[in-house]
Amino acid sequence: MDQIILQILNGLDKGSAYALIALGLTLIFGTLGVVNFAHGALFMMGAFCAVTVSKLLTLSHQVVDETRTDFLGNPMQVNVPYVYDWFGENFGNALIDWAVPVSILFAIPIMIAIGFIMERGLIKHFYKRPHADQILVTFGLAIVMQEIIKYFYGANPIPTPAPDVFRGSFDFGVAFGFDPNAIIYPYWRLVYFFFSVTVIGGVFAFLQFTTFGMVVRAGMADRETVGLLGINIDKRFTVMFGIAAAVAGLAGVMYVPINPPNYHMGMDFLVLSFVVVVVGGMGSLPGAVAAGFLLGILESFASMGAVIEVLPGINQIIIYLVAIIILLTRPRGLMGRKGVMEE
Amino acid sequence: MFGLEKKDLRLLLIVVALVVLAPFILNPFPVGSDLAQFNAGYPDLMQRFVIFGIFAIGFNILFGLTGYLSFGHAAFLGVGSYAAVWMFKLLSMNVLPAIFLAVVIAGIFSLAIGYIALRRSGIYFSILTLAFAQMMFAIAYSDLIGNFLRTSITGGETGLQPKVSDPRILDAVVSSGQTPTAGLFGVEMRDSYVWNLGDWVFTFNFGYYFAGLIMVISFYLSIRIFRSPFGMMLRAIKSNQTRMSYTGLNAKPYTLAAFVISGMYAGLAGGLLVAMDTQAGAERMFWTASGEVVLMTILGGAGTLIGPVLGAGFIKYFENIISKINSTILHQWFAWLPDGLEDFIVAVIYPFVGKGWHLTLGLVFMLVVIFLPGGLVQGGQKFAGLFRRKKSKDAKDGATTPAE
Amino acid sequence: MSKSNFSRRGVLKTGAIAGAGLALPTYLRADAHTGFTNAPGDSEVILGFNVPQTGPYADEGLDELRAYQLAVEHLNGGGDGGMLNTFSSKELDGTGILGREVKYVTGDTQTKSDAARASARSMIEKDGAIMITGGSSSGVAVAVQALCQEAGVIFMAGLTHSNDTTGKDKRANGFRHFFNSYMSGAALAPVLAANYGTDRKAYHLTADYNWGYTTEEAVKSSTEALGWETVSAVKTPLTQTDFSSYIAPVLNSGADVLVLNHYGGNMVNSLTNAVQFGLRDAEVNGKNFEIIVPLYSRLMAKGAGANVKGIFGSTNWHWSLQDEGSKAFVQSFGTKYGFPPSQAAHTTYVQTLLYADAVTRAGSFNPCAVAEALEGFEFDGLGNGKTLYRADDHQCFKDVLVVKGKENPENEFDLLEIVEVTPVDQVTYEPDHPQFAGGSLGTCNPGA
Repeated sequence: MDQIILQILNGLDKGSAYALIALGLTLIFGTLGVVNFAHGALFMMGAFCAVTVSKLLTLSHQVVDETRTDFLGNPMQVNVPYVYDWFGENFGNALIDWAVPVSILFAIPIMIAIGFIMERGLIKHFYKRPHADQILVTFGLAIVMQEIIKYFYGANPIPTPAPDVFRGSFDFGVAFGFDPNAIIYPYWRLVYFFFSVTVIGGVFAFLQFTTFGMVVRAGMADRETVGLLGINIDKRFTVMFGIAAAVAGLAGVMYVPINPPNYHMGMDFLVLSFVVVVVGGMGSLPGAVAAGFLLGILESFASMGAVIEVLPGINQIIIYLVAIIILLTRPRGLMGRKGVMEE
Repeated sequence: MFGLEKKDLRLLLIVVALVVLAPFILNPFPVGSDLAQFNAGYPDLMQRFVIFGIFAIGFNILFGLTGYLSFGHAAFLGVGSYAAVWMFKLLSMNVLPAIFLAVVIAGIFSLAIGYIALRRSGIYFSILTLAFAQMMFAIAYSDLIGNFLRTSITGGETGLQPKVSDPRILDAVVSSGQTPTAGLFGVEMRDSYVWNLGDWVFTFNFGYYFAGLIMVISFYLSIRIFRSPFGMMLRAIKSNQTRMSYTGLNAKPYTLAAFVISGMYAGLAGGLLVAMDTQAGAERMFWTASGEVVLMTILGGAGTLIGPVLGAGFIKYFENIISKINSTILHQWFAWLPDGLEDFIVAVIYPFVGKGWHLTLGLVFMLVVIFLPGGLVQGGQKFAGLFRRKKSKDAKDGATTPAE
Repeated sequence: MSKSNFSRRGVLKTGAIAGAGLALPTYLRADAHTGFTNAPGDSEVILGFNVPQTGPYADEGLDELRAYQLAVEHLNGGGDGGMLNTFSSKELDGTGILGREVKYVTGDTQTKSDAARASARSMIEKDGAIMITGGSSSGVAVAVQALCQEAGVIFMAGLTHSNDTTGKDKRANGFRHFFNSYMSGAALAPVLAANYGTDRKAYHLTADYNWGYTTEEAVKSSTEALGWETVSAVKTPLTQTDFSSYIAPVLNSGADVLVLNHYGGNMVNSLTNAVQFGLRDAEVNGKNFEIIVPLYSRLMAKGAGANVKGIFGSTNWHWSLQDEGSKAFVQSFGTKYGFPPSQAAHTTYVQTLLYADAVTRAGSFNPCAVAEALEGFEFDGLGNGKTLYRADDHQCFKDVLVVKGKENPENEFDLLEIVEVTPVDQVTYEPDHPQFAGGSLGTCNPGA
């Protein structure tokens, strides 16, 4: 029992990453009809926003410490972060400690800007082009974005820990009457889950309760008619692209303490997020979110020792197996709309 | 001739000429010169050009004609490779049975997967093929079936190679210590003739010409398919499947046939790959490998006959030539410049070559699709348009070696 | 026209250069009938450095490349000579190899067997490389080693730790300086027993591939021999990025030690996840819960950040070693690049020197002569103390370092501290040890 609860928690956590990425992807898929292979790269850019902010906060000048020597026997150069000079050591340390949450503030405008530039500068010209061309151009863009990050940050993962208060883990078991150590869960992963639920809720509320959202939803359903009504749907779609990029970026920012980011982390998520979107059903936002959580939980269950004993290797193929079964039993995924990306 | 129209015959003859003369065309620079770095006329890369050409030609039969975008074709290439290695291990180091089995096994797999995946269209079809391929990759990479049966089928991450100790019932025993090598009735795939012509060196490799011959045949078959009533039917599926079904035609057998044919082409390529280099690994089944053939086809020009081959050559050229340029070589090239300028130029170029070859590739993808919507073939046509009086062959040459 | 199996580019260069009138003693001049692949010309010899330059191991590959460039510089008489001055064999004098200037070509393995073999083939067929070296994973090492055996060139393995490289998949043309899984287990176990006691229950998470299996096997058998119990060993997919669902059940399994048989990105993530789940702070069976990482590299330690503090592991070499050879290497590498070398850099540097030395002692570039010179070669002064290149399996036997993540690192390279230098006798095994069974070297292949 405790194992099952534990894996549900794990699944919710994994699922929230999938759901966030798939949500942004399906906004672009569903609203603009563009197959965006650079979406994983947007997730990665978000993660590196956090890395950049934490690097900026620890930006240092060097002070020579004559009492110590470095590995070559020269006097040691000690790094002193500028924030120490500006805010004193205590506040400076606190700021560095909170680098990841702080970087959310920077990531949102940066990611929206990246989204705008991408849409206006590149994607706009590809609305009428075949999907194959969209794949080629966005894939090329993804590679370029990756390589730029690699050029500046190298290929090695960069540890960027969560604030001190969120390190360590919470013993659920004791709170709910299980043995100690039976159900423990890291604080930051809980934070990630609640964060993603908030973001998802925010996007849905935005689409549901604002005029802007209403127009966009109308545009998703029938772009031509909305255009005929004299509404400039293009401008709104640009904004949606920016929002999608920001959602992917935020997913990346908050993911950084869970696993140290590297330049190709986006590619690891890319294929999976496409599977999630399609299993959820093309053009359906709730579908993408539901599929994200569903696949996350199933993946976690499949990696339980008891399951692997019965079905060896199931943990490696479960997502794809489930995707196949769902697509064969439900022609348009969980909640897909007719006619979206079916030709 | 050969049942081809004049235009197609000309194209076929151009391909034959390119394949036959590749050792010259790809080695335009004398060996000692600075530009020898750009020479691509060595056996391994020439073999890869034609083998991935076959893979892309096959993929184009499905994607270019029917518009069905499979994202899992590398899996068929992978099973072809494994089948061929098993043939090397059990039967003989002769490549013919190995390639034959590779094609058959890939055909069986593509029939099964195609039958299921073709129940959906559009993006749903793509994701189904992707899911099957990723499952096959996982099974091969961790040798799941092999582990289950307590034996080894794919060799896991290390891959599968013929070993001295394998049974090989048709062959004589390999003398201990020497690795068995693939061949065709006594001629080894790696045998080469090297011709020195002044400072130039041209390598004529048996394996390359063997694979080249198969590619020419594959190309010929693909022309025939493109021009046949069957090909017309496939195009009809692409342009309007609904209308087709209203006329009482069931599209599925046609698409399934196209899927299986392209799967067998992939298996053929997989078999040839291990015939040239007797090792099969699971990485060639990963989704990035499936993506690569999609990119090759689009880059060259989907739906055109020659495009996919050009795209395959282009990507393989980047992977093997640009990735080998390091800063020392750059410094050599620009040594004639004043020091400061030399360092500056090298610093500017360096991020795009060697370890940065991916960056250049990504930029090329974007530039091609932005400026040449029809892929490299369109580039070739534009180029030909500029020199209309010249023969189109020159245009094709220009398109194969743009980086030179 | 001449018939050959592999390229004769090297030979052709000879002709061209001889024509240009470069004077060299005639006995050094190679001709077209040397009887081995890519016989070098009179003035230069080409080595192939095949390292990952893209993909997750790119940084490690670049560090290897730096070491190669340094080795070439030293072989050609540049720089301060580095380990040439401390090497027990005094054959190398800074005039290249057998009087030929050392040149090199580089390639990208992408940490994929296919790509690595393609890149190695292009070095052999196009550039006329006489020796291939490098790599950052065992799969690639095994694949390229097999290729070099076929082609008839020497392969000097880079970073490869799986038993199989010099076990089941060993080849007569391949040589490994790096240590292996067995040695890690043998060196680690006594230190673990001394620090954590002999009454421990271990839980293994093992990357689902060759290196993972051999490491798990080695650590398991050597710790069990000292009284530990193995509670469970779970395989994790190599492509896994989030290990939460494998880490979560560990605390409740009754185990009080977690062994992470992971390397590279796998290890960075699994260790980060394990610390996140509070395993370091937990107490099980009345003891502190401990984590062990059998194979450390500095780049991995850097990627995992503060999570490595206090965690035991083993490593081939570390820049803080105080023997003359290591000091000389750190000095020249640090002066040239501004930071200390990694273990991958050390092993590739040493491999290049060992190859050059073997050629010089053999007086020939013929792979079979070189192999003979390397087999059973005993040397010192290249770090790790007295070292033997064993003839039976082409594995180096030398001291192994047991290290621990440093609590208070002084800079970004000072992440590990040496706990113990395990003497070579303790990690030596018989050539027919069960963990290495099933392969044979075969005979050396000179190619053409």
